[in-house]
Amino acid sequence: MTEKPKNYSRRDFLKTTGIATGALIGGGLIGGLVGLNANKTDQEVSEGTINHEMATNQGFQFFQNQREFDVLSNATERIFPKDDLGPGAIDLGVPYFIDRQLAAQYGSNTKEYMHGPFAVGAKTQGYQSRLTRASIFRQGIAQLEEEASKRFEKGFSSLEAEQMDEILTAFQNDEVPMTGVTSAFFFRLLRTATLEGAYADPMYGGNRNMDGWKMKEFPGHQMAYINVIEEEKFQKIEPKSLSGM
Amino acid sequence: MATTLPKVDVVVVGLGWTGGIIAAECAKAGLKVIGLERGRKRGTEDYQKIHDEYRYAVRYELMQDLSKETITIRNNRKMPALPMRQLSSFLLGDGLGGSGTHWNGHTWRFYPYDFQIKTMTDEKYGPNKLSSDYLLQDWGVTYDELEPYFYKYDQTAGISGEDKNPFWGKRAQDFPTPPMKRTPILKKFEGATKSLGYSPFMLPSANLSEAYTNPDGEVITACQYCGFCERFGCEYGAKTSPEITVIPTAIKTGNFEARFHANVMEVIKSGNKVTGVRYLDTQSGEEFIQEAEVVVLASYVMNNAKLLMVSNIGEQYDPETGKGTLGKNYCYQILPGATGYFEEQMNTFMGAGALGMSIDDYNADNFDHSDLDFIHGGSISITQTGYRPIETNPIQQGTPTWGAEFKKNSIYNYTRTLSIGAQGASMPHKENYLSLDSKYKDVYGLPLLQMTYNFTDQDRALHKYITEISTNIMKEMGAKTIEGKVAITDYDIVGYQTTHNTGGTIMGANPENSVVNPFLQHWDAENLFVVGAGNFPHNGGYNPTGTVAALAYKSAEGIIKYSKSGGSLV
Repeated sequence: MTEKPKNYSRRDFLKTTGIATGALIGGGLIGGLVGLNANKTDQEVSEGTINHEMATNQGFQFFQNQREFDVLSNATERIFPKDDLGPGAIDLGVPYFIDRQLAAQYGSNTKEYMHGPFAVGAKTQGYQSRLTRASIFRQGIAQLEEEASKRFEKGFSSLEAEQMDEILTAFQNDEVPMTGVTSAFFFRLLRTATLEGAYADPMYGGNRNMDGWKMKEFPGHQMAYINVIEEEKFQKIEPKSLSGM
Repeated sequence: MATTLPKVDVVVVGLGWTGGIIAAECAKAGLKVIGLERGRKRGTEDYQKIHDEYRYAVRYELMQDLSKETITIRNNRKMPALPMRQLSSFLLGDGLGGSGTHWNGHTWRFYPYDFQIKTMTDEKYGPNKLSSDYLLQDWGVTYDELEPYFYKYDQTAGISGEDKNPFWGKRAQDFPTPPMKRTPILKKFEGATKSLGYSPFMLPSANLSEAYTNPDGEVITACQYCGFCERFGCEYGAKTSPEITVIPTAIKTGNFEARFHANVMEVIKSGNKVTGVRYLDTQSGEEFIQEAEVVVLASYVMNNAKLLMVSNIGEQYDPETGKGTLGKNYCYQILPGATGYFEEQMNTFMGAGALGMSIDDYNADNFDHSDLDFIHGGSISITQTGYRPIETNPIQQGTPTWGAEFKKNSIYNYTRTLSIGAQGASMPHKENYLSLDSKYKDVYGLPLLQMTYNFTDQDRALHKYITEISTNIMKEMGAKTIEGKVAITDYDIVGYQTTHNTGGTIMGANPENSVVNPFLQHWDAENLFVVGAGNFPHNGGYNPTGTVAALAYKSAEGIIKYSKSGGSLV
């Protein structure tokens, strides 16, 4: 991927305005910032996760403040980072994908058995929480912030990449206390949702420009492979989305 | 107060493969048939936007809504059972076609050995090959008796295949359609297994190699290898399913009516007969009693067992005393295998659900078990089903599961990884069974079905053995690095494994050890038939649908005969 001239990034903004701690990053401030960035095209920033900018502001269906959304965005970016293969979670629109999913059936577990009594089961018995995925995400994001401020005295979104990784690893290893759910379970949800957002059909708001599929060389919605399936040679096929892209 | 509806000849509960076959055969014979389906009507036109991994494969669009009904699960009797709150280990179907809509299309006939497993094991290895904790028994029917019904299903479904497996039961006729395409990926497996001295052959497939008109006049089109079979319906009508074959056949007779959103709550029994079923119209909230001369339970394994239990028909199996047959011999399946990482890129995203090659050298009793601590085995196959990007992120052991290295590896390996998998047979154990849960209820107020299940030593030994074979084949296929499946310990409901659940309403030659007779007629109620993989006294080394369908055809013949003469069919 070619490097584009560096635009005025959020980090620069924070540096120049002297606002560096997570505690101070309020919705209004960043909200205004996203509006600013929305007018720019081709935001490309080379250093560190937290410098990724939202190419667009699509509005929220689940999240209510920018701070929570930024924590989610940065966490997904660490799970699926931008690299020389192509975009990471943020540029793929994964945070918006997750936002929409949390506002829908996925977030409220409508197709799952949610009747009590609830009990902590054996590992082999699977998910037993009374919490919906929406509640788990909300709590998990708050815990990411909490953990960041405990360990580094900063908001999660203001951390260096390695610091974010340290916290995510602690979640993955079930070292962070959560209520009604384990941090390992939240991490698993977050990781899975990130991959879903990276590779689901772009009509769901992630996999922007089918870039997830392009990196993986998956051609998406093709009607037939009958004419090429016997070919020895690897078939590079321009991907198609169900939305007609 | 339930409204009683005019009596019909046959009421069928559930309209998947078994319900569809029974409905079509009975309606063709002139019987008036009502089919009650708790889900909705659907067909090929509903699958036009099916190439959507997220909606259908990940969020389970076509599957059972667990908020209404699920099961509870525990590994042993000492544990409290808890609800399966999310689908994962197996995927229960819903709606017209049931699991026959979202299946892959692997269509096998269980082995002659399977049907007489107790007799044949005792004869060859003596009566103590397995401990008495394993409840091995013959099925009360032989392969030869079932052969015509197997072929009938082959014809109805237009199965594509080649009769080149030296081990399987004799086929009176060849497959109705030729095998699917031998792709480069399949050829790799073919070459490797041949050079190891095994006998590879094309997997019998219900994704048809060419357009086909079945004996009932239903047309099934040719597979386009689009890679969206399992968990999806087919937009071409090229994957044989009940809604494009047996259901339209039943409708054409004018003797069949399907009612949707009809959730059956109870089978009504009186003396040694049943009088009908009570069901809820889940849209209007009204309850009905549909009276019938014959009641056929043709829903999935779990629900067939549950309906008998809540209706108090038959004696519940008790693992303490060994008494009772209802819920007994629940079996799952064992999935050994190996994954190989290659250097060259392959077209792994193309495929079809049943596009594959198999060997049976280690299935059934095709190899000597004298010095082995297990019986039976499994079919070992490579299938090119079309890797989907959300769910396929292959990384070698030791690679981080997220972050930059994960991303790089999972993307690189996506088109460079192949897996060999086996359907491993599962033997019944006295501690593995189905019963009713005492605590949790479904949305209609009925108790949930409770599953008590764990893998046994037999399962673990089989898994280890077949994994080693699979690893050797993968080596021969030229993989750069190979990983065999991790040894199994306790059964875990998390993570998809297989939807091949069996047992609970088992068939047999006498009422002492089975729920239904070889026509799947209930021993305690002569006009009640229970049809499905629940009839299997153990689970074999194959996908179950072919055997389920053959049993359904045999049962349909029994029902037609019963409706003329009455009484027990045996």
